[in-house]
Amino acid sequence: MSSKHGQAHHDSHDSAHHDSSHPQSFWSQYVFSTDHKVIGIQYLFMSLFFLLVGFCLMLLMRWQIAYPGQPLPVIGKFFGENNMPGGVMLPEFYNQLGAMHGTIMVFLGIVPLGFAVFGNYLIPLQIGAKDMAFPRLNMFSYWSFFAGGMLMLSSFFLPGGPTGNGWTAYPPLSDISHDGQTIWLLSMFIIIISSLLSSLNFITTIFQLRAPGMTFERLPFFIWAQLITSFLLLLAFPPLEGAAFLQLFDRVLGSSFFLPTGLFVAGKIADISGGGNALLWQHLFWFLGHPEVYVLILPALGIVTEIIACNTRKNISGFGMMRWSVIFLGFLSFVVWSHHTYLTGMGTNITAFFQTTTMIISIPSIIIVSALFITLWGGSIRFNMPMLFALAFLPMFGFGGLTGLPLGLAATDVPLHDTYYVIGHFHYVVAPGVILGLFAGIYYWFPKATGRKMNDILGHLHFWPTLITMNFIFFPMLIQGLMGVNRRMYDGGATYLFSHNVLYWNVVETTAAFILALAQIPFIFNFFYSIWNGEKVNSDNPWHSSTLEWATPTPPPHGNFAKPITVYRDPYSYSLEGAPKDYSPQDQKEI
Amino acid sequence: MQESDKFLPYIVNPREDTGLYNAKFGIWLFLASEVMLFGSLFSAYILLRVGSFTWPVQSDLQNVPIGAINSVILLSSSIFFIRAWVALKADDIAKYKKFMYLVILFAFLFLCLKSFEYYQHFSHNEFPKTSVFMALYFLMTGLHGLHIIGGILVNIYYVGPGMYLREKDKQWFINRVEVAGLYWHFVDLVWIFLFSTLYLL
Repeated sequence: MSSKHGQAHHDSHDSAHHDSSHPQSFWSQYVFSTDHKVIGIQYLFMSLFFLLVGFCLMLLMRWQIAYPGQPLPVIGKFFGENNMPGGVMLPEFYNQLGAMHGTIMVFLGIVPLGFAVFGNYLIPLQIGAKDMAFPRLNMFSYWSFFAGGMLMLSSFFLPGGPTGNGWTAYPPLSDISHDGQTIWLLSMFIIIISSLLSSLNFITTIFQLRAPGMTFERLPFFIWAQLITSFLLLLAFPPLEGAAFLQLFDRVLGSSFFLPTGLFVAGKIADISGGGNALLWQHLFWFLGHPEVYVLILPALGIVTEIIACNTRKNISGFGMMRWSVIFLGFLSFVVWSHHTYLTGMGTNITAFFQTTTMIISIPSIIIVSALFITLWGGSIRFNMPMLFALAFLPMFGFGGLTGLPLGLAATDVPLHDTYYVIGHFHYVVAPGVILGLFAGIYYWFPKATGRKMNDILGHLHFWPTLITMNFIFFPMLIQGLMGVNRRMYDGGATYLFSHNVLYWNVVETTAAFILALAQIPFIFNFFYSIWNGEKVNSDNPWHSSTLEWATPTPPPHGNFAKPITVYRDPYSYSLEGAPKDYSPQDQKEI
Repeated sequence: MQESDKFLPYIVNPREDTGLYNAKFGIWLFLASEVMLFGSLFSAYILLRVGSFTWPVQSDLQNVPIGAINSVILLSSSIFFIRAWVALKADDIAKYKKFMYLVILFAFLFLCLKSFEYYQHFSHNEFPKTSVFMALYFLMTGLHGLHIIGGILVNIYYVGPGMYLREKDKQWFINRVEVAGLYWHFVDLVWIFLFSTLYLL
């Protein structure tokens, strides 16, 4: 940046938001933009697209589970003879759908939506910064995410199809399976690099670019959540990258990191040096995998906290405790990973250790959820769309967390492991939990990004069926799991003798899943309709919120704030005594 | 050029409460993630070695003298980097360039010796598929080699086209070189661990 250019920039602050004085081409403004808000919106479209793709894969699987061996009507014949001859799904294709559903949902859908979309859009706004600390690195993050995602999707067009080894890619199977797994590894590399750079950028931004007066005590909880999430991604993702290197070596160069001596493949002893250990992958994978769970949850918790504080017109009860809880949770999430591997025979002492840490880690989560529940007490609650989603998030996430306790205890995990109970549990956390929280965020910050509100009636049409059908999908899974239905059977358990009296739930779940798909149509329509035709908001702060992102012009221009920001008070300054209004913006000197 | 002229603050001068400028904060975080990356490979090494029935005597397979020379080479290049940075701070560009060229030269020397070792291994019919130890050796030194190559590219940039920045803001350029130096020292440090783990233990 030349000094002349810089001077022009400096002057522009006095004449309010006129950064558009430097004309930018379409490409640099909307495509290869370094503006954190544009990047956030790019991430938004990509991650919503991937969520839809992952959801469609799941719908195909659900058809097969409910009606095993029956041809899928109408669209079944479009999937080719290799996958669905005559519209009937082959087991291999079912496995591939399962692997790609998990991978796409976790790494390309929800993590980017919670972490990258809201983090990118809101972190600089909420801390009073003009942009991310490294804007060009931010752009690189997005485009590497894009490339990684496209590479992942491209594996559907391989001759053998995508990987069918589950999103956890356990060896030895993943070492010896077809090329889809190599593409999976390569694309994971790129995605990991993308989130590493994002998290590095977010942490630096939060530490370095806070506005004057924005102390750590005054940071909104959303920023705390993003900060801890970023640390988890920064420190937990590299081991998976290392593990992916190891697996790539196994696959491409024929090494035996994960292949034990004397491995039999297809009835004959494999031509390998042996000496490896398949459990090594599991440990490296879950060392990422468990912090990853909190990477999914924390952004949603942060979003819900913002919305609840604003819509109860109260400070968050126990805000200090919430901050310490989230820090503690971040630390602890690095020492619980082996509760995913109780059944690998790792020994009772190690099991006891991980069981203990797993029980301890539920405490900070419970503190956070309790604090949010207590905040509702005595608040003057506004039941607008974001608040409905946030309110639904609380019990759903709580339920998801509670159903996890039996899985964290080794004794009860033994019968429940790899049953539908596990699926029910983590989907309760992620689908009605996290996804509802993320929807809440979309409805809440939509007016800031576009200057228009999303439609309420369509919102209700989206919210109620989504909430109800999600429960009809995942609650029966808990019942099936308790009856011992194995989670990986491509016929939904039909060949499993003692699951027969719970199999009718498969049809209920599948029906609910298809209704859930229909319920997303109002959202998709609402989203695009409201960008251009929604009800215009009449101020920069339509929800009367006290946090900094609402102090910007709508939509925020490049550089965000019209004037330099100084922060004077805590993030959730609602209904302060002696204040003329029931909210006191953080950047306002007088109450 | 003043700090306030830049679009973002703390690009050049450190922020008071953290004591760091942005890039330095960023590189420390990056190095933390690198520690986790190499840490995962070292822990894989430990797990595989502890769990194996047989493990070769590593020093029999390795060319220890070359590894030792390589350690000296990398450590010297680290020292040269510090001297280059000191010279840059003292505004002695000729000396800065001289030492940076030495850094790059020594890095190339390291890679040459490394390739020679690889060549020796290949000619002894030792490949990643030969044994888990050889696979670990190729993977860890290979990944480290990639880091060296990345470092060489950055260092070349900062004695070449990257010097444009110095015309605009001397301190900014000094900062960038310092950040590149931190990365370089880290890569050297990793080699020390690799050498002791893969050659000597």
